[in-house]
Amino acid sequence: MSAKKLNLKDKYRLLTRDLDWEYSYVDRKKAFPYEEFEGIKITDWSKWEDPFRLTMDAYWKYQAEKEKKLYAIFDAFAQNNGHLNVTDARYVNAIKIFLTGVSPLEYQAYQGYAHVGRQFGGAGARVACQMQSIDELRHVQTQIHAMSHYNKYFDGFQDWTHMHDRVWYLSVPKSFFDDARSAGPFEFLIAISFSFEYVLTNLLFVPFMSGAAHNGDMATCTFGFSAQSDEARHMTLGLEIIKFLLEQHEDNVPIVQKWIDKWFWRGTRLLSIVAMMMDYMLPNKVMSWKEAWEVYFEEAGGALFKDLARYGIRMPKFVEVTEKEKEHVSHQAWWIFYNYGHAAGFHTWIPSDEELDWLSEKYPDTFDKYYRPRWELAKKMEAEGKRFYSQALPQLCTTCQIPMGFTEMDDPTQIAYRSSDYEGEKYHFCSDGCKHIFDEEPEKYVQSWLPVHQIYQGNCGGASVEEVLRDYYKLNLGADNLDIKGSPDEQRWKEWKGVA
Amino acid sequence: MSKVYIALQDNDESRYIIEAIEEDNPDATVIHQPAMIRIENENYLVVKRETVEEKMGRDWDVQELHLNLITLGGNVDEDDDQLSLSWNV
Amino acid sequence: MTIEIKTSTLEPVRNTFANIERRFGDKPASRYQEATYDLQAETNFHYRPLWQPEFELNDKNRTKVVMEDWYALKDPRQFYYGAYVQQRAKMQEAAESSYGFFEKRNLADYLSDDVKNLLITYLIPLRHIENTANLNNMYGCAFGYGTAITQALLYNAMDRLGIAQYLSRIGLMLDGNTGQSLIESKQHWMENPAWQGMRALCEEMTTVEDWFEVVLAQNLVMDTLVFNLFYEQLDGKLAAMGGRDIAMLTEFMQAWNKDVNKWFDSVLKTVASESDENKALLHAWTEKWQSKVLDALKPVIQELLEPEAFNLAVAELEKRIKKAGITA
Repeated sequence: MSAKKLNLKDKYRLLTRDLDWEYSYVDRKKAFPYEEFEGIKITDWSKWEDPFRLTMDAYWKYQAEKEKKLYAIFDAFAQNNGHLNVTDARYVNAIKIFLTGVSPLEYQAYQGYAHVGRQFGGAGARVACQMQSIDELRHVQTQIHAMSHYNKYFDGFQDWTHMHDRVWYLSVPKSFFDDARSAGPFEFLIAISFSFEYVLTNLLFVPFMSGAAHNGDMATCTFGFSAQSDEARHMTLGLEIIKFLLEQHEDNVPIVQKWIDKWFWRGTRLLSIVAMMMDYMLPNKVMSWKEAWEVYFEEAGGALFKDLARYGIRMPKFVEVTEKEKEHVSHQAWWIFYNYGHAAGFHTWIPSDEELDWLSEKYPDTFDKYYRPRWELAKKMEAEGKRFYSQALPQLCTTCQIPMGFTEMDDPTQIAYRSSDYEGEKYHFCSDGCKHIFDEEPEKYVQSWLPVHQIYQGNCGGASVEEVLRDYYKLNLGADNLDIKGSPDEQRWKEWKGVA
Repeated sequence: MSKVYIALQDNDESRYIIEAIEEDNPDATVIHQPAMIRIENENYLVVKRETVEEKMGRDWDVQELHLNLITLGGNVDEDDDQLSLSWNV
Repeated sequence: MTIEIKTSTLEPVRNTFANIERRFGDKPASRYQEATYDLQAETNFHYRPLWQPEFELNDKNRTKVVMEDWYALKDPRQFYYGAYVQQRAKMQEAAESSYGFFEKRNLADYLSDDVKNLLITYLIPLRHIENTANLNNMYGCAFGYGTAITQALLYNAMDRLGIAQYLSRIGLMLDGNTGQSLIESKQHWMENPAWQGMRALCEEMTTVEDWFEVVLAQNLVMDTLVFNLFYEQLDGKLAAMGGRDIAMLTEFMQAWNKDVNKWFDSVLKTVASESDENKALLHAWTEKWQSKVLDALKPVIQELLEPEAFNLAVAELEKRIKKAGITA
């Protein structure tokens, strides 16, 4: 028999989507019920292009190899007390935020992709989502295993899943993913695969993980980069889904654009925490948030949106605001946490003199003018024994749930306030972007579980803030919270390092 | 003009892959950062199986690239012989 | 200098995460425990799903099964992702070497047309059943509650995709990589009257709403019968027809089936022993799906195997049901 050898593409098609068939005994819509309600029109699933053609046997083989390498490093890290090699105890606070704020999002991604990996009628897209689902499970689990060692020696890691469901600032990442998962399947993919994975996660994983390496944290750097090797597949899925939707029907274009607008803004707000981690929490710096934003969003994202212009897609709404925000957002976010350090599950501090100089150098147009004076004042007050913590509970933005501390970008001395009225109630926002998102879907965002409102309504136990922190959040007060200066973390670090 | 890019973990295998990329994409820029190497080029970048195999002195499957890959930017086209990145401009 | 550190100062502050400590006490925990328990969000969800506003994002009410603690459904294999892929990679390596050997020695050329026909008509169509199993396990993963059960369901779903791909590769080896045998075998699945009961049942299964019900229908009832009939019993028939080598290609499925039964039997046992209500529910579902699957299989098996084949398969199923404690 003269065999015409199948090429990789045709073979992969037979090994995946050809497994599916046209139903004739039950209504296929009953098996895949969520494909139509968002208004997206799919005329032909077979036009789906598989971004990577990974069959399960190859998947097991390559992923097992990655895991073997990764766990060898985790074992060595634990056996050699790798935590002693980080630059200083302050650094560890960045990865406390990672475990309590980011790892649970990996878990939600696992759940979200499992859902769409069941619900899409097109087998090509479905299988790609299933693989992403299992990858995301990998990410949350490897993160737990990397942090497991830190948890044994530092405070603030110990109750990360409990905290994620309750703590005020963790409702920022949690609500972000709840928003995506509660949306329809196509919006979920535009939100996470495209806007988050393709456009924004490089900002989290690439410079930050490089920063982890630069601060002696081999465990985090290794899981970060190992996770990124899956991420490259996920990003490609993000690009594929958007091209597919735009090519399927012209009516999809405005819907997709609306989602891009929403999720780009939602994502930039979420990343303000990463901005602060990069500029303030890494003792050894790799690049500033502003530089990272320029390389990974303005340059890379610019190329992407130029590529998508042929479909009639434009840059996300409010992108011009982010151009100004990159100068401010990390400083404003760290300031918020410095003010509420008594209510956070990690430690805060005033940047050292060298760090202040580095910030001046990286932010020549804004830092000395607006932010250095605040830190100088904080330093003076601390020296006088008057470390100041804000006692009043902050008002939260109804959409992104960050305390209202961001300013007008054209006047960084003026806190930005926006509001909308809906069914007789007033809702508050930190920016035009967040107000816009609310106004498009008020019936969704009025449901927000806003931590401060919930405390006032008595839904978080306790009558005082201290009781909420101790009993409802399960923070170990005096250990997990407050400044690094004088904390048990710092004390142990000094003992290990033999410094008085 | 837009840049496509690929970033690999800084390790021994990646060194051969990067040598191969440099040979097949003479205009590409290689940037070393902590624990990673980033290669970028205007509009197009290709990783060819044959060249990588030559550098490594062994058989190499294009999908093995994923073991050391950190990130990439551009439209991906992957088959048995190569992986390429491009922007349609 | 680390040398100067006194070992006493390097004592850990705690042994494991607080949630693990609350469950198992203050002692070092396994990787499986830390990567499994309490991972899923429990409370304070922000928005109701647009696609199922009657439920929360994570909601125990998507099945009639009631568990005090869904994390009781632990996996005896202790599979977290890393353990899972490394275990499957080992199985994959063995399978790859068998498939490679089969291909290199052109063993397909030694198969009679009868054997090839039998494979195309009755074995390779199982890839569509595996595809259904993939969907059903994904359904359980997406709507199930707690990481202990949902992660195991995801591993199972991915396994099923892998098995469907191995079955497809058998087809490709028979037709010399043209895909012709897969086209023919799909035609049997779509049109051959013997298969229509099974196809209708597969379609119906993907519309079941209760996730635990569909997972039980698939992983207990359907799988026990299908794996016994199409792998174990068919093996003997193939050997008698001069197709002994096919066993090399289905070894993965047999080894896999043993591995997952260990897990799913323990899941069923835990659910059934939780309450009489659960037990009655599982019993009713098992009865319902047993009769459906048997009806659907009858025409295929009548053509393929001896009359007593059915009894053997049913006996196998009854053994598992009894072991799990699912009694009236």
